[in-house]
Amino acid sequence: MESSTTKMPGSAASVRNACKLCSPLGASLVFKGIHGCIPMIHGSQGCATYIRRYIISHFKEPVDIASTNFSEETTIFGGHKNFNLGLDNIIRQYRPEVIGISSACLSETIGEDVNRLIKEYRQMNWGSELLPELVYASTPGYQGTHIDGFHETVSATISTLAVKDAKVGEHINIFSGFVSPQDIRHLKEIISSFGLDYVLFPDYSDSLDNPNWEKYHLIPPGGTLVSDIKRTGAARGSIEFGYILNEGAMNTRVNKAKQVLTAGEWLEVNRNIPYHRIGMPIGIKETDKFFELLEWFSNKPTSQKLKDERGRLIDSYVDGHKYTFGKRAIIYGEEDLVIGMVLLLLEIGIEPVLIASGGTGGRLKQMIDELTEGKTKDVKIMNNMDFESMNEMADELKPDIIIGHSKGYYIARRLNIPLVRIGFPVHDRFGAQRLQHLGYQGTMQLFDRIVNALIEYKQENSPIGYKYI
Amino acid sequence: MDNFLTGREKQIVRSGDTSQKIQCAKPSLAGSVSQRACVFCGSRVVLYPISDALHVIHGPIGCAAYTWDIRGALSSGPELHRNSFSTDLHEKEVVFGGETKLYESLSELIDRYKPKAAFVYSTCLVGVIGDDMEAVCRRVSKEKQLTIIPVQSPGYSGTKKDGYKVACEALATLVGTSDREIPKISINILGDFNIAGELWLLQEYYRKMGIYINATITGDGRVDDIRNAHKAGLNVVQCSGSMMYLAKIMKEKYGQPFMKVSYFGVEDMSDALYGVAKFFKEKELMENASLLIKEEFARIMPVIRMYKEKLQGKKAAIYVGGSFKAISLIKALRLIGVQTVVVGSQTGTPEDYALIQELCDEGTIIVDDSNPIELSQFVKEKKADIFIGGVKERPIAYKLGLGFCDHNHERKEGLAGYEGMLNFAKEIYATAMSPVWQFTR
Ligand code: SF4
Ligand code: SF4
Repeated sequence: MESSTTKMPGSAASVRNACKLCSPLGASLVFKGIHGCIPMIHGSQGCATYIRRYIISHFKEPVDIASTNFSEETTIFGGHKNFNLGLDNIIRQYRPEVIGISSACLSETIGEDVNRLIKEYRQMNWGSELLPELVYASTPGYQGTHIDGFHETVSATISTLAVKDAKVGEHINIFSGFVSPQDIRHLKEIISSFGLDYVLFPDYSDSLDNPNWEKYHLIPPGGTLVSDIKRTGAARGSIEFGYILNEGAMNTRVNKAKQVLTAGEWLEVNRNIPYHRIGMPIGIKETDKFFELLEWFSNKPTSQKLKDERGRLIDSYVDGHKYTFGKRAIIYGEEDLVIGMVLLLLEIGIEPVLIASGGTGGRLKQMIDELTEGKTKDVKIMNNMDFESMNEMADELKPDIIIGHSKGYYIARRLNIPLVRIGFPVHDRFGAQRLQHLGYQGTMQLFDRIVNALIEYKQENSPIGYKYI
Repeated sequence: MDNFLTGREKQIVRSGDTSQKIQCAKPSLAGSVSQRACVFCGSRVVLYPISDALHVIHGPIGCAAYTWDIRGALSSGPELHRNSFSTDLHEKEVVFGGETKLYESLSELIDRYKPKAAFVYSTCLVGVIGDDMEAVCRRVSKEKQLTIIPVQSPGYSGTKKDGYKVACEALATLVGTSDREIPKISINILGDFNIAGELWLLQEYYRKMGIYINATITGDGRVDDIRNAHKAGLNVVQCSGSMMYLAKIMKEKYGQPFMKVSYFGVEDMSDALYGVAKFFKEKELMENASLLIKEEFARIMPVIRMYKEKLQGKKAAIYVGGSFKAISLIKALRLIGVQTVVVGSQTGTPEDYALIQELCDEGTIIVDDSNPIELSQFVKEKKADIFIGGVKERPIAYKLGLGFCDHNHERKEGLAGYEGMLNFAKEIYATAMSPVWQFTR
């Protein structure tokens, strides 16, 4: 492909079956990862309702997202009244510690100055013990995708709350990005095993995957504590997962001059905290990088338990290598997840034939080629992709397997090949909250699922019903 | 209940309390976690089952992405409707306008998919950046010689119900543009969206009775049939919320009579068939209807009785899109021995709420445009066992230890007609009787 960023001819202007969602969705997810927080979208009601529905269908948990419910009148005269009333109402109903405010297309377009609105609201309610922390992320849906909204909100939360001029502590910051609740739980286990004090943000491992309750909680328990988010400003280092992160938001701006910093970058620039950026720890090599960092921070070797996990993973790679070798895969999803997956696939001999993202960062091809040292140079790697473009390319690529979220199912169905579901959204299977992707353990799960999908396919399409392999 | 929203008290009443009349059709309060969607959503869900039309959403990506193939509206033919086409507006278009992008998108999509007509939906963003969508539609329409219908549905311009109205207006521009002759005893089926193939079941009933089905609007809908819809002898309208408006327009314009029905529950289903038979004043139709109903009753009632025995004494809470549907649900639940203790809807009408108040036992809570906090308190107070609602309510029900039945448009089980009543009973039974609740209550 001469170009890595354009779609197939024939859909130059329109998007046909998007492989992306809009930024306030990402914002809401991050706010769900703050303890005692209610997300509020400053905009029309539909956006919040759709976003809730989308998130609920994946996590199967109650997800309350408030909206300032713009009406025709608000659109003309501004959202000031609705904004205050919205905050009042949320505070009265939920008594939250934090309200996470994100903008949407409408409020951004009519030029709402949310920072000013927050300031005025604070002044009006000064001294009230019910006044929660107000965090604001600017996330117009027409800029970037949900993943940009996610990273923007992580960054906005940190820059709003991180302490300044505090004594440097012993702890480190982990910005793990958009991963599953089970991934987060596993990450916490890993980091704790090094005896490190840490702040992981956003931590929705409970709030989006709660146990059954005795009594109904208006705000589901869980989330990174505000006090912990504050002390990110005094950490001795930050680790952030992802090579692309929020580049999509930058790329779709008209005025590209204004820098968008990720949380890690922001803390480095404004709090002087050393910053380590690595990819999502998927596959052995990328996970090794993560463990090396943890060893360095803790000055301790990896525990025997985790070393064994690595050993077992290698053992499975060996056991299963023939089933995966030479198989052709289509992979799609958020850029950083896709990068992690591709690196894993290359470790087990699967050949990516199409690597696609609806992300708008525009550097997917370049980044993957760099990381694979040119191994993927002839592979179609594309940003700004939608599902119909993938669908139309699929036949020619003769894939054996598709790896991505639920929405590509129709392509897998048409081609009659397996779809291994990863990431978000997984709307057509159970256990999306518990899918694992990260670390040796997560990689092991991915590996098992991929191998088994290929074996099952072969078995089911075999003329004889064999019972062993 | 100190954390209820002030300003909402009048949208909640209790049955038996005659001093109060419920307030509805109010916009949701800022800061509430409403279960409602937007105008665009209303238009989109009504029009989208027209399967040979192109549906293009002019706006930023979210509005289109979240509505991609979300309902199980089946088609017996083309499936163009199951795609989500968007102009995917970016900041560039916000600043410089989106007309060019719409023009290009529309043109390329028409060339590629050769649809029978196109619907173009405007969203909030388009409403404020001031694109002249109608002009673009007119231009492409002329160039491609195709009917292109602009659907003005910016989300902020009202509620989902307003979206239904906009959709009906769009449909009304199609109706009457063809003149195919059809039998006299013929109907249009309005307001069934063929979720899980429900419409096909209904069509079979009507056909067995000897009635010609002209257009189905919009389940399994086709552009050409809708063009010819004014020719049918009667409009049979289900789900008063979404399609009544179209029926009223057609009556005014073509003098076409309409009849309001519900297909949910055996009582309402039978009333619908009898009602249609009676309308045409043909003895044979009536006989056929009563034969069909007798057969179906004989088939399903023994099973229903079995369920009723087992479910006796269970209590249900209902929260659905329209109040008309809630009425049918109350009756259907009663048939299987389940008492309704909370009833609510996103967009109810005063008439329906009055009827609900009459229908329900004293003390039943009736609520308009509710939210998770209220709902969770109501079901606890009334000790409900089962919740009937949409996907957004499911996790709330489960977290409260309540059974759940999905009565929304995403479900994969047909709930209309006699067969649907069986499915419904089976589902209620499964969720009420599951052994898992021993661990939660
Ligand atoms: S794209 Fe914009 S308008 Fe559409 S749902 Fe997202 S924020 Fe709302
Ligand atoms: S932007 Fe407007 S039209 Fe689109 S989903 Fe939100 S409320 Fe509805």
